[in-house]
Amino acid sequence: MSQDRVYNVLIVGVGGQGIILASDVLGRVAARHGYDVKKNEIHGMAQRGGSVSSHVRFGKIVSSPIIKMGEADVLLSFEQIETLRYFPFLSENGQVIVNNQKILPPAVFTGQQEYPPDVLERIMQKAPKTIVVDGPSVAKNIGNPKVLNVIFLGVLSKFLDIPSEIYEQTLRETLKPKLVDINIRAFNEGRSMGPA
Amino acid sequence: MIPDIVPIDTYMKILTVPQSQIRIMFRSCPKKLPGKLILAHYVWAFLSSCQESGPACNESAPWKLTKGEETVKELLSGNEAIARGAYEYGVRLASAYPGTPSTEILEYIGERYPEIVAGWAPNEKVAVEVAAGASYGGSRALAAMKHVGLNVAADPFMTLSYTGVNGGFVIVVCDDPAMHSSQNEQDTRNYAKFGKVPCLEPSDSQEAKDFIGESLRISEDFDTPVIFRSSTRISHSMSLVELGERKEGPRELGLKKDAVKYVMLPAMARRKHPIVEERLRNLATFAETFPFNRVIMGDDSIGVITSGVAFQYAREAMPNASFLKLGMVWPLPEKMVRDFASRVKRLIVIEELDPFLEEAIRLMGIKVEGKNLTGLCGELSPEQVEIILTGKSSAKSIGGIDLELPMRPPNMCPGCPHRATFTALKKNKVYVAGDIGCYTLGALPPLGMLDNCLCMGAGIGISSGLARSLGESAKGKAVAVIGDSTFFHSGMTPLLELAYNGGHATVVIVDNRITAMTGAQHHPGTGFTLREEPTIAVDMEKLCASFGLRRVRTVNPYKIRELEKVVKEELEAPEPSVIISRAPCALLKSGRILPDKPLRIKQDVCTGCKTCINTGCPALEFVKIDVPEPGKKRKGYSRINAALCVGCGTCFEVCKFDAIEEAS
Repeated sequence: MSQDRVYNVLIVGVGGQGIILASDVLGRVAARHGYDVKKNEIHGMAQRGGSVSSHVRFGKIVSSPIIKMGEADVLLSFEQIETLRYFPFLSENGQVIVNNQKILPPAVFTGQQEYPPDVLERIMQKAPKTIVVDGPSVAKNIGNPKVLNVIFLGVLSKFLDIPSEIYEQTLRETLKPKLVDINIRAFNEGRSMGPA
Repeated sequence: MIPDIVPIDTYMKILTVPQSQIRIMFRSCPKKLPGKLILAHYVWAFLSSCQESGPACNESAPWKLTKGEETVKELLSGNEAIARGAYEYGVRLASAYPGTPSTEILEYIGERYPEIVAGWAPNEKVAVEVAAGASYGGSRALAAMKHVGLNVAADPFMTLSYTGVNGGFVIVVCDDPAMHSSQNEQDTRNYAKFGKVPCLEPSDSQEAKDFIGESLRISEDFDTPVIFRSSTRISHSMSLVELGERKEGPRELGLKKDAVKYVMLPAMARRKHPIVEERLRNLATFAETFPFNRVIMGDDSIGVITSGVAFQYAREAMPNASFLKLGMVWPLPEKMVRDFASRVKRLIVIEELDPFLEEAIRLMGIKVEGKNLTGLCGELSPEQVEIILTGKSSAKSIGGIDLELPMRPPNMCPGCPHRATFTALKKNKVYVAGDIGCYTLGALPPLGMLDNCLCMGAGIGISSGLARSLGESAKGKAVAVIGDSTFFHSGMTPLLELAYNGGHATVVIVDNRITAMTGAQHHPGTGFTLREEPTIAVDMEKLCASFGLRRVRTVNPYKIRELEKVVKEELEAPEPSVIISRAPCALLKSGRILPDKPLRIKQDVCTGCKTCINTGCPALEFVKIDVPEPGKKRKGYSRINAALCVGCGTCFEVCKFDAIEEAS
């Protein structure tokens, strides 16, 4: 990661998956590391179930709070088809990290539309380096389904040049004390799944 | 390393550096230097930082704090920064009604800054009036609202321009270009022009905080309310902000009589109008030297005049272009604009929504482009601005994947009492004049129950007008649906009209005990204040009865069959009636009546009729059967997602085949 460039991370998924918290932590981590940071998110009108995207940008100088289409270095997606919805934001050499989870949209669970088939295969075709993580089962092993977001923060951290201590410190500051330990475990678990 | 001669341009740039950044430079300056050397030091700091960072005058980079320095920088959203600004610049009272994207401003003030007297107002008009009272008494005051909130508050706003203020008074208005969660995309800058008051517009969180201070100072110096215009992308974006200490406002507090200034009788108001016009001229002169209106000269082939988040997009797209970056978008610094226009070959205004700056500049007789490039509707995006300015996009996208993706429209939550109310109404084939809140989502399939939605509080008046104009032909069909918070906001006066003038309209108040759509804010019916202190709770039944309405009934929406019956009876009544359909929001923890025990569908009993599916509950799924079952006609069956189901029983109530039971 070069010193002068701006790094763009787009985090997407469905309301209720902890996307906003993950991006808040990432933003604070980058700021603590000394980067200029901007972050923006749009969440649907409903508190749950809507499509959510959060743009996190950091580097020496950041102007726009939103990522230009085609400029995302990492697309971190918490849900399969949400990856596709935001795919054009990814740069041609961008990295996809995707949670192997399907959350059915209303038109699908009411039987009017099919959930698109072979989503992961299609992603892999276009972006062969894609990392697929079975988030829910990792979270289950750790013992709390809500740590899903922090597991993926761990996976993501392997693609950024910020030391893991800064994430840990930030998690300690951001989370309620009783949730710190389990989340740090989740972070380390995720980090161990990123590229060596 | 200290340069002997400082070029005049550099001096000018230093003078436009925000105070906060100069303070940081001073702190990094060795102590006990003579005055001149201190100046030289920060000229030097400025120059060396310019060399490091390329384009000059970039506010975020050159004075970046290193670890271990005293100054605290925090990552704050625009709304957090506005709340922080209110704290630091001595606001003593803040009032608001929730509305996306402005809601969090008062929430943060309530949570973090006990120094500020703060509370939810029933609506924006009241919020502005409460804040005006504080200002008249010498306090610095803030009122916050979304763009359409200023329509509600337009009456006090327009004449506040005439009375002026005592303590600084800032009205924070958050626009919503692209209507992420709004019913229109009106451009608040027009109100500043209409009301003849100044309008400031920040480009990031640091400016959001600084501009609260500037707004209050301008308000006091020019005896005017000030509009602070934010937008979704400013209010909900985070960037680094330097924190400071709180300073109280300069005005003496107290009740001082000054009828000529504050009583807007015609004779007094006539004297005030010329003063307002003169004030606007003085503000235009002030705008020429206002440090946040600044010229950043670069390549002179394109000059961009811009403000707000559009400035960030433009600077990102063309960091070396020339900019006139406006912090105050009304009134405009005409000399500055003329001078800037004369120094560039092509002049473009990059602004969202209306051609507000563009038309004002064209009126100066200056050739300018703008809306021919950016369009009038929706919000701008960084890629769009890049293409406008450079003719192409520098980003290399991996491209899309060609698949039809099902949308995720906003939906009422599992267990939402509104779903139950609409399900009961559906039976009666009514025409619903809707309103604004979570229940507006009842317009979407599969419920499809709203027939109109105009603005806050409009539904009752519309149903009254429909019922009385159509008479018998609308009998038993004209219904208004309004939420509790919206009812207190602006539903009480139309209900009074209905009671007063009569007619057969039926008003359903869907009372979920909170302002839910904006994320659970208290209102006068909940019994708690902004800061969760206990207070009065309006008795809605008594209130309606006090209007003279004889038919006021309260029901539990989850008892759908009972509600259906009540609706039928009230629709048949020859006079206005109110049905209060009361159950707390499914996301509320306090006063919760939901059992939180998931239901289950007996798979073999379910006929696949989809009646439960058509309530639109996200906890229900329809499972298709590919291979026909022997002796059964069904094409599938319903299933309950136990992780989402809270056991509200709406599906249980509508199932005609007793296929739904409590999960064991």
